Amino acid sequence: MARRMLDLIAEMIQMVKLKVNGIDRSFEGDPDMPLLWYLRDILGLTGTKFGCGMALCGACTVHKNGEAIRSCITPMSAAAGSDIRTIEDLGANGLHPLQKAWMEVNVPQCGYCQSGQIMQAASLLRDTPHPTDQQIDDAMAGNICRCGTYQRIRQAIKLAAEKIA
Amino acid sequence: MSHIENVSRRSFLKRAFGAGALILAVRYIPPVFGQAMPTDGQTDADRATLHPNVFVGIQQDGTVYIVAHRSEMGTVIRTSLPLVVADELDADWKRVKIDQAIGDKRYGDQNTDGSQSVRRFFDTMRECGAATRWMLIQAAALQWNVPSSECSTDLHTVVHKATGRRAGYGELAAAAARLPVPKKEQVQMKSPSDWRYIGKGMTSVDLEKLCTGRAAFGMDARIDGMVYASIEHPPVFGGKVKNVDDQEALKVAGVRQTVSIDPFKPPAAFQPLGGVAVIADNTWAAFQGRKKLNITWDNGPNESYDSVKYKKELTDTAHKPGKLIRSVGDSDKAFPTTNVFEADYYVPLLAHAPMEPMVALAEFKDGRVSAWAPTQNPQAAQAIVSSELGIPIGDVICNVTLLGGGFGRKSKPDYVAEAAVLSKKLGRPVKVVWTREDDVKFDYYNAVAAMYLKAAVDDKGKPTAWLQRSVFPPITSIFDVNAVYGDPPHLAQGWTDLPYDLPNIRIENGPAQAHVRIGWLRSVANIYHAFGIQCFTDELAHRANRDPVEYLLDLIGPPRTLDFTNVQYPNYGADYKTYPWETGRLRKVIEMVADKSGWAKNKSAKGHGFGFAAHRSFLTYVATVVEVEVSDDGEIRIPRVDTALDAGLVVNPEATRAQFEGAVVFGTSIVRSGEITAKNGVIQQSNFNDYPVARINEVPAQTNVYITESSAPPAGVGEPGVPPFVAAFCNAIFAATGKRVRDLPLSTNSNFG
Repeated sequence: MARRMLDLIAEMIQMVKLKVNGIDRSFEGDPDMPLLWYLRDILGLTGTKFGCGMALCGACTVHKNGEAIRSCITPMSAAAGSDIRTIEDLGANGLHPLQKAWMEVNVPQCGYCQSGQIMQAASLLRDTPHPTDQQIDDAMAGNICRCGTYQRIRQAIKLAAEKIA
Repeated sequence: MSHIENVSRRSFLKRAFGAGALILAVRYIPPVFGQAMPTDGQTDADRATLHPNVFVGIQQDGTVYIVAHRSEMGTVIRTSLPLVVADELDADWKRVKIDQAIGDKRYGDQNTDGSQSVRRFFDTMRECGAATRWMLIQAAALQWNVPSSECSTDLHTVVHKATGRRAGYGELAAAAARLPVPKKEQVQMKSPSDWRYIGKGMTSVDLEKLCTGRAAFGMDARIDGMVYASIEHPPVFGGKVKNVDDQEALKVAGVRQTVSIDPFKPPAAFQPLGGVAVIADNTWAAFQGRKKLNITWDNGPNESYDSVKYKKELTDTAHKPGKLIRSVGDSDKAFPTTNVFEADYYVPLLAHAPMEPMVALAEFKDGRVSAWAPTQNPQAAQAIVSSELGIPIGDVICNVTLLGGGFGRKSKPDYVAEAAVLSKKLGRPVKVVWTREDDVKFDYYNAVAAMYLKAAVDDKGKPTAWLQRSVFPPITSIFDVNAVYGDPPHLAQGWTDLPYDLPNIRIENGPAQAHVRIGWLRSVANIYHAFGIQCFTDELAHRANRDPVEYLLDLIGPPRTLDFTNVQYPNYGADYKTYPWETGRLRKVIEMVADKSGWAKNKSAKGHGFGFAAHRSFLTYVATVVEVEVSDDGEIRIPRVDTALDAGLVVNPEATRAQFEGAVVFGTSIVRSGEITAKNGVIQQSNFNDYPVARINEVPAQTNVYITESSAPPAGVGEPGVPPFVAAFCNAIFAATGKRVRDLPLSTNSNFG
């Protein structure tokens, strides 16, 4: 009996428990596996994208306890105990004002980076409801859009800021 | 080992999720892209009640299916071409569903490359829509026993005005399906004034999905039973595996096995590069396993490739007489010894770096392949899979996903072939995922180019003799290892067709051996050609103390159609009578952009400059003005860009504006930092740290796009914005700093970097 308890405790220590989009999850695989691949390959939440694997492009941006992070360099061990939100969750109960603005301004071209752009912008607006151009640039400079939709991203963030206010 | 791994994984899932296992199972193995993907090659249009041609189908509930046979990588073509069909069909766009075509030659050309989707298929789409509308009208006229000439359509409905009778398209579908499909001549197309959608446009049918993470890219493809593969390619182009030790790789949790892929047989074309694939239960395990491979390579002859030496070779070649491409008058004799000006220009290898790295899922089963891939060229994917596996082309189904960017890279389906080859070897579905490093190091690069330009000028600074010579490894080298000269289609990209009205012109091209795969990248040869010509022209204007816009108009001369008699000028594959090179149209966009940008009032000063360039590519005429601010420490900002274009008839103006906005961002990357280099045959760059692309704080703060209203045949819009921007940006930097940009990019240019 005591042995079994010990086994269970050992397992609990190794197991990563976290919340993803409001659902309790536990993960027992390699704690070094980046959150990105857990979301995409294990949970099938493919809205979060792989672009560089080095936190250089922002395509993998998700929220950890409300803050924008790069899931491609966040090991599961670092996600333990946290509340993770992905793009799938952002508009789960009706489109987020940023998603509406993104559509109104017609931001996406290929769209691959836009999950990350929107998640990054959502975190910006939460901290800074009325960002200046400079604040937008500072917050969004880590998110690459190779199609070049930056001008519209800036417009959409401003539009969403107005709507939220 | 893989077997044990698999079992333990399953038991772990059970334990970890207990009662939630069902939810997980559903999430873990959803159908590909959350919707059933046809694997028999049939579209919903094929199965519809009324199906007069491969592009259209109408159900009895009134749903109209329109097939998008070109690939969607952000140009909104998946919306714009079906919109043309819907317009001629007089269909209600809200009741239209888009079917993405698989690769199939019944659709005609599907290679979504060269800014040619609209121009090549505009008429076809109109005819398909109009023929279907004609059949619906005939069916209604028969039912109502009235002449069909008295019937018309009104948004998804056939109408007989005299009696007020109306019938919806769905109601008429079955009756119309019994009628013969009309010949082209029988069908009357709408007058342009009746167009509902063409010229007004529509946002992407995928817009909401793209904003909510629900859009399905190739990276998101998954099917039951698939494994993941990551491939260690030979570091030097043409290299081979000598020896592989995979012991440590196999110890990585989740790694199942390794598989060798044969090297290609030259020429490389779209064959896999070869190497060693690590097969795993998830992407990350595959990546980790790769890092533990211990491979000895036979690098082959390209090991000596060094891009610094190569640059000197190209520049030296550009200083020697080359192959004559076009000549006017007699430049050799016309060159005097005084008032001669010359300059060298250089553009390095460029990588595409679309946000979605190369990825493909393939399943080989019962002698046939089903693939899911973000490909610009599904028929080429079929062809290479067919030849690699030795199966008939008809046994290869290539499903086309959304593309996370393409820019020409995804018209080369080597990565699709890799997935198919591995699936056949493993007997199960395989998803090949390239890392960003793979993408940067194993691209089909835009050619490195050296250009030499020389002009003798008169007392007004106008050239009396002009010589231009370019040297670049040609794209044809991937299909023919002996190809060293530019081929006519790529020389025609802004080099052969110098539009200047000068008495003596000599256009040449010199040889260059390729040491990497060279391929099409957005705007292709126009990038370096426009850079050389438009920057050199700007230099001559300043030298003569003349306004660059006025000077360029002087060189272009009066409105006329350029005469390419006895010159090889393929004109982007378009008929020259339909798409002649008209200098008057270039003049008009130049005048337009000068006017809109306030060129006459905007005076350059130290630290604040305005640059200008104009160029025709992909049959579209573009002129661009760039404003730059340069701080004392050399930091360059771009407050504003103005671009005027004449692309003939524009189907989707909003999408067109977006393409030109994006083009200046693409061009910003080229000027600021785009450079691939090689040492000992190995590409030196790897990711966005050492191959930076433009970020939000580095791009033009404001880009204004002016579209010429035109009824001329539609031309390209995806690519033509890049070349004039690159040159205009460099000319603006000169205007602000007095320093010429002759070597790109700025980041490694000793005058700027």
